[in-house]
Amino acid sequence: MTNYTPPALAGQRLPNRFDGAAMLMVMGLLIALIEVGRTTIGTPIAQIQNTPIHLSPAWLPYYALRSTARMFAALLFSLIFTFTYATLAAKSRRAGMVLIPILDILQSVPILGFLTFTTVFFLHLFPGKVMGAELASVFVIFTSQAWNMAFSFYQSLTTLPDDLREASRSFRLSPWQRFWKLDVPFAMPGLVWNTMLSMSGGWFFVVASEAVTVGKTQFTLPGIGSYVAVALAKEDLPAILYAILAMLVVILLYDQLLFRPLVAWSGKFRFETTAAISGPEPWMLKLLRRTALFRTIGEAIGGVFGSVFRLRLSFRQPGQVDETSEPSRMMDGLWFVMIAAIAIYAAFHIVQYVSTTLHWHDFFTALLMGVYTAIRVTVLMIVASLIWVPIGVWIGLRPAATRIAQPIAQFLAAFPANLLFPPAVLAIVYFNVNPNIWLTPLMLIGTQWYLLFNVIAGAAAFPGDMKEAVQNFQIRGLLWWRKVIIPGILPYFITGALTASGGAWNASIVAEVASWGAHKLAAQGLGAYIAQATATGNTPRVVLGVAVMACFVIFFNRILWRPLYAYAVRRTTLG
Amino acid sequence: MDQITTPLVTVRNCRQAYHKEVGADLVVLDDVNLTLQEGEIVALLGRSGSGKSTLLRIVAGLLKPTSGEVNWRGNPLKGPAPGVAMVFQSFALFPWLTVQENVELGLEALGVKRNDREERSEEAIDLIGLGGYDGAYPKELSGGMRQRVGLARALVVHPDLLLMDEPFSALDVLTAETLRTDLIDLWMDGKLPVKSIMIVTHNIEEAVLMADRILVFSSNPGRVAHELKVPFAHPRNRFDPAFREMVDDIYGIMTRRKVPEIHTATAMAPNPFAHPLHPVGTNLMAGLLETLSSEPYNGRADLPALAAALQFEVDELLPLGETLSMLGFALLEEGDILITETGRRFADAETEDRKQIFAEALRTHVPLITEIRSVIDQRSNHRAAAVRFRDQLEDHMSPEYAEETLRTVIAWGRYAEFFEYDEEAQQFGLEEEEEEDDKT
Repeated sequence: MTNYTPPALAGQRLPNRFDGAAMLMVMGLLIALIEVGRTTIGTPIAQIQNTPIHLSPAWLPYYALRSTARMFAALLFSLIFTFTYATLAAKSRRAGMVLIPILDILQSVPILGFLTFTTVFFLHLFPGKVMGAELASVFVIFTSQAWNMAFSFYQSLTTLPDDLREASRSFRLSPWQRFWKLDVPFAMPGLVWNTMLSMSGGWFFVVASEAVTVGKTQFTLPGIGSYVAVALAKEDLPAILYAILAMLVVILLYDQLLFRPLVAWSGKFRFETTAAISGPEPWMLKLLRRTALFRTIGEAIGGVFGSVFRLRLSFRQPGQVDETSEPSRMMDGLWFVMIAAIAIYAAFHIVQYVSTTLHWHDFFTALLMGVYTAIRVTVLMIVASLIWVPIGVWIGLRPAATRIAQPIAQFLAAFPANLLFPPAVLAIVYFNVNPNIWLTPLMLIGTQWYLLFNVIAGAAAFPGDMKEAVQNFQIRGLLWWRKVIIPGILPYFITGALTASGGAWNASIVAEVASWGAHKLAAQGLGAYIAQATATGNTPRVVLGVAVMACFVIFFNRILWRPLYAYAVRRTTLG
Repeated sequence: MDQITTPLVTVRNCRQAYHKEVGADLVVLDDVNLTLQEGEIVALLGRSGSGKSTLLRIVAGLLKPTSGEVNWRGNPLKGPAPGVAMVFQSFALFPWLTVQENVELGLEALGVKRNDREERSEEAIDLIGLGGYDGAYPKELSGGMRQRVGLARALVVHPDLLLMDEPFSALDVLTAETLRTDLIDLWMDGKLPVKSIMIVTHNIEEAVLMADRILVFSSNPGRVAHELKVPFAHPRNRFDPAFREMVDDIYGIMTRRKVPEIHTATAMAPNPFAHPLHPVGTNLMAGLLETLSSEPYNGRADLPALAAALQFEVDELLPLGETLSMLGFALLEEGDILITETGRRFADAETEDRKQIFAEALRTHVPLITEIRSVIDQRSNHRAAAVRFRDQLEDHMSPEYAEETLRTVIAWGRYAEFFEYDEEAQQFGLEEEEEEDDKT
């Protein structure tokens, strides 16, 4: 099973002054977006015409198609962002110093938090047009996809093998040629894998971003998400079941037609010297590779791309690398001053904006709410680990079970959990139990699968000779868990746990408040705080909530997960 | 092919040095001069760290020297020149490209039309004996076949100069030999579309077997210590006495240079951090001492013969010999290695006694290790962070050497039970620490 280090875990980067600057810049930019939106408010608010959403299942294929189209539009933007942003960060040392911390912060900002900022921005960019709403929705999906793709690409670019770099220089490839011959292919396995994770995560946000209410602004775009939202408002349980069914079909198709062929295909680019034993070729890939028609089409497309990638697009001949000269201190100094200036300006902007609208007690409330949510996430992670680690280990150690369970776990990870909320909410309303406790599990419904499939992968990768040694010494019971399997799967477990807990924070924005017709349920927590502030259009509070949540996520990543992962990798691998 | 035209390459007063914050600059190449004519094969022979690969990269136009002049066909070199192609030690093939696509890479960069590309790559593939492998991916090929792809990829651009960076050192002995002879045969038959070859190697026999001229490099800093002409005609016979004598001579040259330097250094011992240590394991040392003290060597061995018998490369054997000589277990003399009295005692001893003898040798000959020990002793908690020693080492050597030296000291110190090392905390410590117990 392929396994890639999630970006938040990779690298030995300690928090440094650039993180502070990056945080300020990101927050400043978000506030600036609202400001831009507000200043264009002079034009009369063109109420977006709500095309009615039909609850008849016959409309579902059309809605599913619209949602999927949004997904791919976002993917296209994410790829463009990845190729430009990450390349710039990797090729320019000075740019990298700022761009990478910014990416790190962006990664930790709850995606649904962006909704508030960007909706206002895009709606005012195209006043009265559906385009604005569409773009706002696509942008939210983009934010759920782009960061880890860019991170993965950046990491590949910085770990390019020296000999291949030298070979492409000595054969005088131009930067453009090198990008397509070396950079992109080398990054491909990681990029495809991260794209797929992004896409899987993206379904959640497609559903969440189609029917949006930010204060007085609201829109409903045709799509599965809106369908569910309307069904919820109308208390139509069968419609919700139809939606779940439609989503299952969509994800099944996406999984079979795209995910599996792409991941298998990207194996070709894996940088290894020995031929790996690969699993069976997915049927879709087989179809594409073996069918004459598809081959001809594929070759024609490949030929066009090939000749574009072969263009030199550069008049400069490659020069020598000067390893012994030092970077200019003066330019560095100027660069630092410039960054500091922007950061200070952003800080000033933020303070000004926040001080007129917020008080200290708002901050403490947000912090307290954050603690509540943190407790929820922690308890959830512990409970989920207690459930999924033994199950994952059991499955992972049995190849036959792994073959069946692993695709199912990956499939479930892609399923947008928010479609499953309504039945749960219905149950809470029906049994009249405490939402503070019973809304909590919803946060992890979508992301617990990351925990499961990483544990399975870890147990499946447990070396055979060690298994035999363990049998030979008759190590069993608690000792086996403590000394053998837990250390054995630790890096995998942490990878999964990080993804799951990050997802849980994100999901809290939709999971801590829920409604069923007129019934409104809300738990105490930061997610509910942000959701309510969004619904009432209280942007300063959204900013505050989002910032606090980003801080919590960063704090957990830096203080808990990253050191833990480094420790696990150091201690549980040879060499 | 002797013609007095402009030389292909001239290198004058070339120096490559890395600036250090404290202490002297780290000099990789110092005052190197080189002229390469058309029609010759030149070998750059030296140990790892002698800067020979750096020089190759400078000639390739990949690296800019700190100072000095590099001319390609009479003009200053400003980047990878069109007439130069390179073969890499690691092959440097693109795993996602087929053999043919790999070979065509250089032609694509030149903007050669598709038909020409296919024709020329086909030609190079056939020349180098890869016909039939066109559509294969590198991972499907054996090491020898992969390096053939590397060769074809370089030859397809019809370079004037073929640069080879230890091209056969990643291959097994037999495969390497086949590739060498194939290459020399093509060269002798005039089938190689190149004018000249420069090959970097640490294998003495390979240099004598292939080159018309050998430049022997000394290390720290890298300099051209000797230049030898190889007078034999191709094909050469390894077992020809004259051939053997030349190999022996070069062994002598390569060992002679280093020995006095190390001894004076340790005798004066000005700074314990000034000298890098070879990463040689204690088992390897023990093994060589045991071999030396027993039949058929009885205390003295000819280095080339020993290398052949143990299947060691010079690059492995010389550091080992030098380390033994530094520790006073052996002596290096004119291409021979002799066991000393201490060395013999070590070879005959049991495990615990060996540790004692080794500890004694470290105490007398490795000032770095005694320095570390005394720092640990001075501390009230008997712990010292590794980073401070690494920093001090880095004042005198490259970070890689500093790391390697530190690793070596840790391994030796652990073996001799001089100190303990906690990898997690990156700290040196002493064994009898009670706080260690309640940690676990």
